[in-house]
Amino acid sequence: MRDSAERYRSGVMPYAQMGYWDSDYAPKDTDVIAVFRITPQDGVDPVEAAAAVAGESSTATWTVVWTDRLTACERYRAKAYRVDAVPGSAGQFFAYIAYELDLFEEGSIANLTASIIGNVFGFKPLRALRLEDMRIPVAYLKTFQGPATGIVVERERLDKFGRPLLGATTKPKLGLSGKNYGRVVYEALKGGLDFVKDDENINSQPFMHWRDRFLYCMEAVNKASAATGEVKGHYLNVTAATMEDMYERADFAKELGSCIVMIDLVIGYTAIQSMAKWARRNDMILHLHRAGHSTYTRQKTHGVSFRVIAKWMRMAGVDHLHAGTIVGKLEGDPHVIQGIYSVCRDAHTAKNLQQGLFFDQDWAGLRKLMPVASGGIHAGQMHQLIAYLGEDVVLQFGGGTIGHPMGIQAGATANRVALEAMIKARNEGRDLWAEGPQILADAAKWCAPLAAALTTWKDVTFDYASTDTADFVPTATTA
Amino acid sequence: MRITQGSFSFLPDLTDAEILAQLQYALDRGWAISIEATDDPHPRNYYWDMWGNPLFDLRDAAGVMREVNACRRARPNGYVRVNAFDSTPGFETTRLSFIVHRPSDEPGFALTRTEDAGRRIRYTITSYAAGAPAGRRYRSRDGDAG
Repeated sequence: MRDSAERYRSGVMPYAQMGYWDSDYAPKDTDVIAVFRITPQDGVDPVEAAAAVAGESSTATWTVVWTDRLTACERYRAKAYRVDAVPGSAGQFFAYIAYELDLFEEGSIANLTASIIGNVFGFKPLRALRLEDMRIPVAYLKTFQGPATGIVVERERLDKFGRPLLGATTKPKLGLSGKNYGRVVYEALKGGLDFVKDDENINSQPFMHWRDRFLYCMEAVNKASAATGEVKGHYLNVTAATMEDMYERADFAKELGSCIVMIDLVIGYTAIQSMAKWARRNDMILHLHRAGHSTYTRQKTHGVSFRVIAKWMRMAGVDHLHAGTIVGKLEGDPHVIQGIYSVCRDAHTAKNLQQGLFFDQDWAGLRKLMPVASGGIHAGQMHQLIAYLGEDVVLQFGGGTIGHPMGIQAGATANRVALEAMIKARNEGRDLWAEGPQILADAAKWCAPLAAALTTWKDVTFDYASTDTADFVPTATTA
Repeated sequence: MRITQGSFSFLPDLTDAEILAQLQYALDRGWAISIEATDDPHPRNYYWDMWGNPLFDLRDAAGVMREVNACRRARPNGYVRVNAFDSTPGFETTRLSFIVHRPSDEPGFALTRTEDAGRRIRYTITSYAAGAPAGRRYRSRDGDAG
């Protein structure tokens, strides 16, 4: 098959034989590496399926073409080099594929993804396909801006250190007038939150146009800042139909003195990168709500894992990313979520199969991305949240603030007191898993809002099996 | 009002034993502690007065506590905070910061609104206490000077 005349004879040939499988290939430090979970159709050889994925996500088409010979085609072909059976899942395989760096345009998530997930996910010989993880080479990372602000600079601007930040999403998420909306923002910030947030689908609707919302929210932010002596913020969602609209809204937010704006994942990778560059130019923190992601991240056999989306978003340059709560109302296996948090926050992420991290990843000095935990969490889970998620995280208690029986300010105060009490106890060396409920109960003795919160939500848990779970479990050593 | 800057302002004021435990936590991580004071606690006053250089070489919490107390005695009419600095690559920033002394009376801040075109408002936050010259703010009612 190395004979060139034979190789380029017109007709159809297995992808593996076309050069998209090379079990001896040693990936270069500059290669982009992807690991896919492949589920071949019955009778399809996993190695051929892996080679087909490599081919269809790089240079190949379904038949031999002689024009390959006008290029350094060996170099441009992605190479599947390893196929492993997925532990405990018959018929599924992890396929490792290496891509030459020159296949990709510098600094472009759109171009990277057009190859890696462009055509290949509808390929008929595969029943299902999932992009599990990627190793991005330092050489490629250095062509990306990375987070506009990053965790370190965000904390210095806000003058908030040593504890998670606290937020809430205004509820109800749709229907409030601008004036009523700003009331919720003010109460929550004055009560003790650092941030309040627009929800993903608050843009500019008949009940509240965007300029009205921005003006009332900035009144709330400034009034709360004066009332507490703290820097406060509200994520003004600038998501809109066109880039021109988004720039107009973001510029207005800047003019009003907001320290943060927000976009939704559904605006697309290019728009996200544009807004990240805008945010860097304008000293603005950029919050990303991952609206829409579960359509392709949740099911284990098909789609793109969220850890890959998190890597792309760190490269694209957002500062905040919703990354799971573990204990809240939305999907989240503890190991998988902790792996995603590592992707957001590490300077160097170590391979950890149990957390779904297939590669060591050097982040090449890209700033760190603040993960956001949001959805069905409340003050009574504070010890679990801190033990699982650490302190570089925004904890968002929407219902857990606004639904408090004594009012929004009290709800915010309950969360802030629970948070500070738990951080103080952790620093004192106490065991949060064992003593967390007692630490909360002790603080509730002098903080009536916390006592009310603990009573109201004491039995609320979301204990459902996760769909996106770890494939690897630690094996006991005999030593 | 009570200014709620710092990691623990929603809790009752920390006792000396509680402050010591936090100092020990920072020292155990190799962080350098610094002490700062101000009588201008505007939320964006990032540069409080340094009580000497950060204590890079002082690894004993009790020794740090003596410096904390010396600063509190010297600056009774204002705020004193403790910061812990981490020089690890990827951080190189403050990792913990909390207030260890505050004036007995905190008058807070005025919010001044200046109306502008198109319903826009320019906001200015001004400390009521910082209207007096530095060093003459937050005098307590029995008249002791700062």
